[in-house]
Amino acid sequence: MFGTAGLCLADTLTWGATPMVSKGGKAKSVIQIWLWGGASHLDTFDPKPEAGNEYAGPFKAVETNVSGIRICELLPLLAKQADKYAIIRGMTHGSNAHETGTYMVQTGRKAGERVIYPGVGAVVSKFRGADAGYKGQIPPYVVLTEPLGRFDEAGFLGANYKPFATGGDPSQPKFLVEGVAAQGITDEQQQERRALLNKLNTLPKKLPENATLKALAHAETQAYDMILGEGAKVFDLATEKEELREQYGRSKFGQSCLMARRLVEKGVPYVTINYNGWDTHKDNFTTLRRKLPEFDKGLATLIKDLSDRGLLSSTIIWCGGEFGRTPKVDFSAPWNGGRGHWGAAFSTLLAGGGFKGGHVVGETDAHGERVKNRPVSPAEVHNSIYALMGIDEQVKRLQPANAEPRDTPVIPFNLLKEIL
Amino acid sequence: MMPVKSPSLKLFCLSSLPLTVAIALFAGVASGAPFVSAPQDKIDACVLKKLQELGIQPSEICSDEVFVRRIYLDVIGTLPTAQEVRDFLADKRATKRELLIDQLLTRNEFADYWAMKWCDLLRVKSEFPINLWPNAVQAYHRWIRTSIKSNMPYDRFARELLISNGSNFRVPQVNFYRAVQNKTPKALAQTVALTFMGARIEQWPEAKQEGMAAFFSQVGYKATSEWKEEIIFFDPSSSNAQMSATFPDGKAIEFTPDQDPREVFATWLVGSNNPWFSRCIANRSWSWFMGHGIIDEPDDIRPDNPPVNPELLAYLESELLSGRYDVKRLFAMILKSKTYQRSCISKSNTPEAERNFAFYPVRRLEAEVLIDALNQITGATEKYSSSIPEPFSYIPENQRTITLADGSISSPFLGLYGRSARDTGQERERNNEPNASQRLCLLNSSHIQQKLEKGDKLVSLFLEHKKPQREKVDALYLTILSRYPTIEEAKVLSEYQQDVMEKRRVAKDIVWALINTAEFQCRH
Repeated sequence: MFGTAGLCLADTLTWGATPMVSKGGKAKSVIQIWLWGGASHLDTFDPKPEAGNEYAGPFKAVETNVSGIRICELLPLLAKQADKYAIIRGMTHGSNAHETGTYMVQTGRKAGERVIYPGVGAVVSKFRGADAGYKGQIPPYVVLTEPLGRFDEAGFLGANYKPFATGGDPSQPKFLVEGVAAQGITDEQQQERRALLNKLNTLPKKLPENATLKALAHAETQAYDMILGEGAKVFDLATEKEELREQYGRSKFGQSCLMARRLVEKGVPYVTINYNGWDTHKDNFTTLRRKLPEFDKGLATLIKDLSDRGLLSSTIIWCGGEFGRTPKVDFSAPWNGGRGHWGAAFSTLLAGGGFKGGHVVGETDAHGERVKNRPVSPAEVHNSIYALMGIDEQVKRLQPANAEPRDTPVIPFNLLKEIL
Repeated sequence: MMPVKSPSLKLFCLSSLPLTVAIALFAGVASGAPFVSAPQDKIDACVLKKLQELGIQPSEICSDEVFVRRIYLDVIGTLPTAQEVRDFLADKRATKRELLIDQLLTRNEFADYWAMKWCDLLRVKSEFPINLWPNAVQAYHRWIRTSIKSNMPYDRFARELLISNGSNFRVPQVNFYRAVQNKTPKALAQTVALTFMGARIEQWPEAKQEGMAAFFSQVGYKATSEWKEEIIFFDPSSSNAQMSATFPDGKAIEFTPDQDPREVFATWLVGSNNPWFSRCIANRSWSWFMGHGIIDEPDDIRPDNPPVNPELLAYLESELLSGRYDVKRLFAMILKSKTYQRSCISKSNTPEAERNFAFYPVRRLEAEVLIDALNQITGATEKYSSSIPEPFSYIPENQRTITLADGSISSPFLGLYGRSARDTGQERERNNEPNASQRLCLLNSSHIQQKLEKGDKLVSLFLEHKKPQREKVDALYLTILSRYPTIEEAKVLSEYQQDVMEKRRVAKDIVWALINTAEFQCRH
């Protein structure tokens, strides 16, 4: 409220104010593809065709361009680029609840501690954004398009580290980013309104030194940079080649992948694509027959596009959900070939930013039910991302303000050494 | 603000009266009023004494326009209507501020707003990580709201939360022990200390924590066949059970087998000799109106975080005790003080001046209050729903946001504006700091633009041809900023109307500009 705390307030308002350059790290940005609901590991990156129809269902496995690595046949484009990504098949946390699973996969912490931890996006946006001299006109943590919900992304870091959710739909003719573009209001009208507001906004003139009012004014300047400045242009997908837009797929997901690439090009450190529809209790196979080709197109093109532009080496792609799905298929009504929640074993894909492609980490048993070799906790994935970004030392010291060491149980900082 | 017309501007305000007259006045008011005014002048004396020592000049008493807006927002979390502002400004009675305070303290919105604040501290939400579930949330919220409405003495409020047994649906108070992330005796003790002692016992030595945890070692939980029903009970057979404990003041105690240790603790806590209990609520109450505590943060009371004004805090504590924990009475006393009624236009900008309450601090409105205010002035509504349990529940659209029981029922707007997550019960979980995403939302989001388009209560007022221009502009200002426009402002608006020919657009632009002023977004 005052004194040194007042200074902190001012700092956290900018999207980049205090230059504090963190050491090295190849990775500059993360694109997180969040498969909300929990994608079936058996039907994506950990196929078990030998387990029979009862487990594998109707889908077959297909060889990738890396010998010995097979993925689901409905992901043919990704199968051609297995050398560019690693598959973590040993993911496990044991929770079968969406909220708890999400919390654990996003924060790397167990649920039930007194402190609510921030997710990876908020942590990166702190150490690569606000606290690291980030000067972009786009907020450092962007979600395409809807917030995750049921999960407080910023935890104890607070509201200023929450993501900017774009709203809108990038596959529509005009991507109306919430707050940045207002339908039916021209730039000229925006300018006129702004001038009117300046004349009527009298309180700050009476209190020029007030910290709250200064913070409000600063926030407004930043907002106008997005509305009237260069910020808005990054969201205009019309400047991309038609051919490329087709390759990504004209779906909301496909165009979100393209949007994510554009944001990363502008230096945005963390972009989450919130991709829902993976909670396939019912009709798992019918749903995935429709969904996997869309997923394949978007993700495979994103990897290729980033690679073609020389951005893959500095951009981490992290793709996965809160858990996997029950390996044994429930063919009875009303599930009709459905799969439940499965936190004991699931898969995650990691690419770029220094992660070695063409590798598989961890192995599940013959039915994909348990991790047989090399179990991997969500925290190991996060730690590896932090290490590649060169912010691991800062993350290790991250604590809520005023916290005693006792508040924050120290967990070992393990890494995915196999692919670093 | 220098208003163009302000009938009350020349009226004296209470602060200018000699002390004795003021006291006599209050005595007169008190005889017929439900809340007996304590001599709040003692508050001002404590504050002024400290300011004088520091050589800090306090700000002037605020104008009636500023006061009417401030008191509505602070006491009932609700913007005054244009009519309420007009009535108050036109009121010629010398005691009109006191009368308004007393009246607001009896409004239904008072119970709504303070239930919302208490639900933050008591962590009232259905889902992760608290997991009270909807039935229990509704029961708990209703109990909290009713307790506030009936002005239950605060010691009884605390005692009932601490010692109740029974079903979470039928005995709502037991949800206190369910609204935690972790049900170990130590975690329960942490929650009790944070809530009622304003202490973070995680920072205490381990043995002292264990000593207090033992009081909560016989809290039992059991499920019933009803979905999400849970019984909280005194369970001497608990595997955690301990037969002795140590009070936070160091005194040890042994329990008899039939004694519920929670009762022993509650009796100690609310006992009149216990400084923890009264200090915590007196300091919290002060911080809720004055923006920060005499001890700050108000839930971080410890020996190395002393009060900035010990005399003031001691006085508030003693008034609370002599008023038998009548929190509303304490509220009224604070609100009627000159200290509370000072202008935000400070004469000194040092941190010391703010810390010592030399002026009223400007703060951004809370998420719920802001969205309710936007809906009130535009005539729009919000859509809230709960996705658990299925089938979904939909909250009636005309229900105000401050009345929402469940912290899990939310909207992107509420998240963006830092509504409390209700995960920890710490005051700082509510975040009222401004940020750029919030400004984008209010300047330009479809959510807010649609309120201007569709809920065009104000816009249509502006388009009515019959009314003189002057009246229309007054109505906009009274509705949105709770005051009349100044001459300069009226001139700016009339120029804007000449520049922009399209009438509908002019109306919308003016409403848009006024809701985007700092004056609208903040309490001041």
